[in-house]
Amino acid sequence: MYDFLIAPFVEFGFMQRALAGSLMLSLGACPVGVFLMLRRMSLTGDAMAHAILPGAAVGFYMFGLQILPMTIGGLIAGVVVALGAGVVSRFTIQKEDASMAAFYLVSLALGVLMVSIKGSSVDLMHVLFGTVLALNNEALTLIAMICGTTLLTLAIFWRAIIAECLDPLFLRSVSHLGTPVHFIFLSLVVLNLVGGFQALGTLLSVGLMILPAAAARFWTARVERMCALAILIGFASCIAGLLISYHQSLPSGPAIILSAGAVYFFSTIFGTRGVFNTRLRQHRHRTA
Amino acid sequence: MTDACLTFRDLTLGYNSHPAVHHLSGAVKTGSLTAVVGANGSGKSTLMKGIVGVLKPMAGTCLNTKGARIAYLPQQSELDRSFPARVVDLVSMGLWPRRGLLGRFTKDDRDDVAKALMAVGLEGFEKRPLDTLSGGQLQRTLFARVLVQDADLILLDEPFNAVDAKTVGDLILLIKRWHGENRTVMVVVHDLELVREHFPETLLLARQPVAWGVTKETLRPENLLRARRFDEAWHDNAPWCEPDGHAHDHDHAHSLDHSHHHHDHGESREHDHESGPRAA
Repeated sequence: MYDFLIAPFVEFGFMQRALAGSLMLSLGACPVGVFLMLRRMSLTGDAMAHAILPGAAVGFYMFGLQILPMTIGGLIAGVVVALGAGVVSRFTIQKEDASMAAFYLVSLALGVLMVSIKGSSVDLMHVLFGTVLALNNEALTLIAMICGTTLLTLAIFWRAIIAECLDPLFLRSVSHLGTPVHFIFLSLVVLNLVGGFQALGTLLSVGLMILPAAAARFWTARVERMCALAILIGFASCIAGLLISYHQSLPSGPAIILSAGAVYFFSTIFGTRGVFNTRLRQHRHRTA
Repeated sequence: MTDACLTFRDLTLGYNSHPAVHHLSGAVKTGSLTAVVGANGSGKSTLMKGIVGVLKPMAGTCLNTKGARIAYLPQQSELDRSFPARVVDLVSMGLWPRRGLLGRFTKDDRDDVAKALMAVGLEGFEKRPLDTLSGGQLQRTLFARVLVQDADLILLDEPFNAVDAKTVGDLILLIKRWHGENRTVMVVVHDLELVREHFPETLLLARQPVAWGVTKETLRPENLLRARRFDEAWHDNAPWCEPDGHAHDHDHAHSLDHSHHHHDHGESREHDHESGPRAA
């Protein structure tokens, strides 16, 4: 038991780093994912993940596989797409899903173009799938900073973010924070995706954001608890994923996301608000 | 003019260069209770949005007293009922003007929320998730939030939709209580009997204001007939509304007699058209 669960993390530095990095990622990304899901923007996360690609690719080709240039490149691409799509949807009749799709597709095409002009498919694999087992100090510091910024921002803007999700028109009638909060929230999404791509890759980093949140939705009807539960599910998925990856010699990113996926399917069926409890079980009812 | 809570100066509001409220001038007195009536598409909701500020005027201005707190209950709320929140969470949003983004809710605040729920007959509903409320219960919850907002100017857009007769009675009592507390209240209503019975003043809209003043005068048959004749549709080939000609071509704010005509027209005229003849 010890050999299976604990030893890999005690004996190997790279496993400790991977664990620390992925847990910090969960701490920031999972609550962001909860709000993304509650605002019916789950697929926006996916679009943003694609949008980050060209920025990361530019960083990669100019400076090689280094965390900082790739992160900054990804951030710039992400912010441009998020702001562009947000501005179009806020100030024109077009809804956010359409403008986001337009912006991210252009961004993705640019990314693919750059990769195919300059690189080989091996390089592309690095950018797309990440390497959680090769996190260096620089990457860990960056993830820690992103995690801290995310938690702090969420704490400060908590009330406004809830109001913007629950009743945006009301928020607009009592305060001018509505539009800023929307963009702050989108920046958090970009920040956490960028933080995740070194570890999980641009495409899978969104998985750690959405899957735990989607699973937590089946267990509780309170936002605070949902966020806490999503973080716990994120933690569990990271630990399970890393162990599976270590013992079975599988790539770590997909292992982590698949673990989260397993929790999701379990919750869908057996959660207190899942299929089994709401549909299949015989219900008794009270007189009032 | 000091007792005016709201002043409209040649206010034009609308969408895609078509006016929905056309050249409205006048003032709403502090502490007055006004019903806003008119057919579908006559600009009632648009006027509410203009007052709250979620819709910017195409021309003219809408001035409210500095520091006045506004509570607004929209007709089509953008409320997300599937959001995992409880009744008490929704009502507590009304504390925003008092506590803002970061202020902690005190015991007094929580008492106010409890009292507001009691006032709309929803005690014991605190922990109910929003998606289990009926339409009428949700409406009462939103009224409770308006109560908590403790606003000087209260705007209610068709608050009696989908509400049973008893609840309408309760809500009317609440509105009268606000009126008694010298708050300014404007309510969009369709039921003219209700208006005649409970609202001292009425604004009758048909894109242009048709009449504005004491309810009995405003709701005279000839005014109602004029309001009914209004052409609801937009016309893409309608002529542009020229700043200098508009007072003469059809009946406008300036030609109607209502009791709030405080301001001097000559003066407001130059003023208004700073914002240009975009309105049409």
